[in-house]
Amino acid sequence: MHDKTMTGAIAGGKTRKQSQFIEVMRRLMRNKLAVIGMVIFIIYILIAVFAPLLTPYNYAEFNLVEKNQLPSMAHLCGTDQFGRDILTRLFVGTRYSLGLGLGAVALGLVFGVILGCIAGYFGGWVEELIMRLGDLIQSIPAMLLAIIISIVLGSGFIQTIIALGFGRITLNARLLRAQFLSQRRLEYVEAAQATNCPKIKLMFVHILPNTISPLIVSSTMGVGGTIMMAANLSFINLGIRPPSPEWGAMISDANSMVRSAPFQILFPGLFLAIFVLALNLFGDGLRDALDPKLRD
Amino acid sequence: MAALVEISGLKKYFNTSGGLLHAVDDINMKFEEGTTMGVVGESGCGKSTLGRTIIHLQEPTGGRMFYKGKDITKVNSLQLAELRKEMQIIFQDPFSSLNPRFTVEDTLKEVLLRSGDVTRKTLSGEIERLMDLVGISQRLRMAYPHEMDGGRRQRVAIGRALAINPKFIVCDEPVSALDVSIQAQVLNLLKDLQSEYKLTYMFVTHDLSVVRFISDHISVMYLGQLVETSGSKELFAKPIHPYTKALLSAIPVANVHKERKRIILKGELSNPVNPKPGCRFAPRCPYAQEECGRPQELKEIMPGHFVSCCRAAELNGDF
Amino acid sequence: MDENSFLSVKDLVVEYTSNKETIHAVNGVSFELEKGKTLGLVGETGAGKTSIAKSILRILPNPPAKVRNGEIWFEGEDLMQVEESEMRKIRGRKISMIFQDPMTSLNPTMRVANQIADGIRRHDGCSKKEALHKAADMLEVVGIPKSRARDYPHQFSGGMKQRVIIAIALACEPDLILADEPTSALDVTIQAQVLEMMDELKSQRGTSMILITHDLGIVAETCDNVAIIYAGQIVEYGDKYEIFDNPSHPYTIGLFGSLPDMESDEERLHPMSGMMPNPTDLPKGCKFYPRCPHAADACAEAEIPLTHLEGTHTCRCLKAGRLNETEN
Repeated sequence: MHDKTMTGAIAGGKTRKQSQFIEVMRRLMRNKLAVIGMVIFIIYILIAVFAPLLTPYNYAEFNLVEKNQLPSMAHLCGTDQFGRDILTRLFVGTRYSLGLGLGAVALGLVFGVILGCIAGYFGGWVEELIMRLGDLIQSIPAMLLAIIISIVLGSGFIQTIIALGFGRITLNARLLRAQFLSQRRLEYVEAAQATNCPKIKLMFVHILPNTISPLIVSSTMGVGGTIMMAANLSFINLGIRPPSPEWGAMISDANSMVRSAPFQILFPGLFLAIFVLALNLFGDGLRDALDPKLRD
Repeated sequence: MAALVEISGLKKYFNTSGGLLHAVDDINMKFEEGTTMGVVGESGCGKSTLGRTIIHLQEPTGGRMFYKGKDITKVNSLQLAELRKEMQIIFQDPFSSLNPRFTVEDTLKEVLLRSGDVTRKTLSGEIERLMDLVGISQRLRMAYPHEMDGGRRQRVAIGRALAINPKFIVCDEPVSALDVSIQAQVLNLLKDLQSEYKLTYMFVTHDLSVVRFISDHISVMYLGQLVETSGSKELFAKPIHPYTKALLSAIPVANVHKERKRIILKGELSNPVNPKPGCRFAPRCPYAQEECGRPQELKEIMPGHFVSCCRAAELNGDF
Repeated sequence: MDENSFLSVKDLVVEYTSNKETIHAVNGVSFELEKGKTLGLVGETGAGKTSIAKSILRILPNPPAKVRNGEIWFEGEDLMQVEESEMRKIRGRKISMIFQDPMTSLNPTMRVANQIADGIRRHDGCSKKEALHKAADMLEVVGIPKSRARDYPHQFSGGMKQRVIIAIALACEPDLILADEPTSALDVTIQAQVLEMMDELKSQRGTSMILITHDLGIVAETCDNVAIIYAGQIVEYGDKYEIFDNPSHPYTIGLFGSLPDMESDEERLHPMSGMMPNPTDLPKGCKFYPRCPHAADACAEAEIPLTHLEGTHTCRCLKAGRLNETEN
């Protein structure tokens, strides 16, 4: 019964291979949830780009006359304790939060994959060294690690990305290596070896594509947490400094107002939640689209 | 005639938590060109390890290996690359032996391009030829492994092994995972390819009816050691080692009229971890006696028929 | 078909539905089993053998599986109609199943005696101590020393695990055992041990058995009757002598042709060409027609009925009994 897909998938008798990218996109487009996720993601990016043009207010100026207002036509999401328009701050904050969240995750992914591959490629003492260093770093709580790096590097956008992403490097490297180990035992790897496949090709052409799925999922899931971590950093005056609005910081600022003005925490929370959800949908869809087993 | 491949005193040990596992222990074997040597045994007897060691997927712990008379026990990476154009392997599990993200074309193309004899221009025709050779319809060229059944997948794996025109192929249980009717198709294919290209097979299996069909010579292994080796027909007609006898009698035969006496062995298969000297089969052997505690030697009982049992001559008599 | 017989399966139809496709796993299977007899269900991967067994126990995963039609009369009751609570009493006590893979069908975190005792307690309602005592006895029955009762599954070899699984299946002395490829994962010498033990237990207790296998050798040695299954249908049925001496369906003949003969020295095997039809899109007439060397136009037109040959021997082929005449 496992062959049920067979006739359907091959009946078309394709003779030329479609480019991998088009194929993946086509499969992605067929997944409705993934498309929804992608559309939302694009909207967020557009918001980030055009943020200052979207609302008439300034995100940083205090206007104590209008503080803690409820949502109205003038301020769709109300104002915060300093009278700043929340919607404006959310829009502008998109730049920071998206940048921090995606940047840190991307940093973790790129270096994690490189280190994981090096560990898998060289094996022996190199692998041992990388993994033990990883253990060392992972034994420090993620938040504490981010704080330490933040203190060392100082505040700033790039510095914060490094602070947030550093912990993810070892996480990803570990995940990738575990995948490598399980794939390395499979016979197709041995078969490639037996047909003289160069080791570097073995790693990157044969094994890596078969190991990347869990990383995609864990990374898309990680964006939300990373944004919240950025908030915690700014709460203790590290990371990005006020008045730069950043969703996490807005949420923690509104914490004290949760009884008197719950919308102040509601809207940033909602904004973050929708973004994380969209990213997860997109990530799941991407993982499925990259897997030929789920084709059609 | 010198054998195509010869191994002598080959050893492969593994370190395990329990001690040193003697997976392959002092094995001698000869593979004559154009013939099939069937290597039979149950789980843990070292038959797969032996195959993998010969083609250098694992490095031997001791002993020597020769290819066309040349010592290939220790090879550098250049020599290894050359050797692998001559020696290939077909694996048991057609599910894991193909890269799940490679189409049939990808799989064959990759190997063909590395073989050096194929250019970009002749590539497409060569893929076509290989697919025809192993009997895969051209419309499956873009199919991924999961879109094919086990038999077709195994054909792709055979095509991949043949892509670099090897002389010697280790077939590691190539039909064990297949249904009987598909198994028969693949066995026929392997036989046809052998006569067409004068291939030499080392055919590793636990299935005795298969090994009888495909092999010219058979070696029976038990816990890392060779217990009996002879011509295929000879072995089935006149097994001498008590283990071989029990093994042969245990095969269920599709014949309702033949009442057979099954030899039911006591005990379970164990591991050759830190083995004691002496016959490893002795604890389960119905004929065991004190003498069996001493190291056993492979002795020629009849022409071309070697048995590693100190009571072989005696047992041969009363069989 | 007799509703008073020990087990009688009538016109069983099982489908699996996924997204848009329907997999026709079992397509109108009927058979009977007498008390104390062993029926072999023989067929290749995907033929629907396991689905038949699981429908008898009503443990098909639903969804995606669905029994579309069929009656299963067991000791005068239609199992398709009884309440789930009733069914739970039948499972294990009256009918039990032995699964194929000894490595995964035991709970790795439970001592083996406890796993056996569990079933005993559920059905007999005896005390834990009593159940454990019986469990240890069961281990002896299947040839494992009592002293190992407190061991965990990983401390056993494959053959021993399969014995434990058999002990679990036998613990409540069921009347019917469904054995799904019980020895496929074992080495030949171990398989011989397990088969011999099952044979003994069966004859001692008069247990009936349905043995699912792809190995005609095992069938020849352990079964009384044989049903050859192809694409969810019984294509040939008979007692083992009828089937082995006079295979009549082209598929059965093909199965025998695929086996390397241990007695003669053939240079080539005679397998069937092609492969099983796609179970989502079965041929209209004879399911074997696309691969059949004897196929005629009539074979593709309508469902082929079972033809009665002689004794209990039936065959789902238009040319049943006449294949030799036309071909030779």
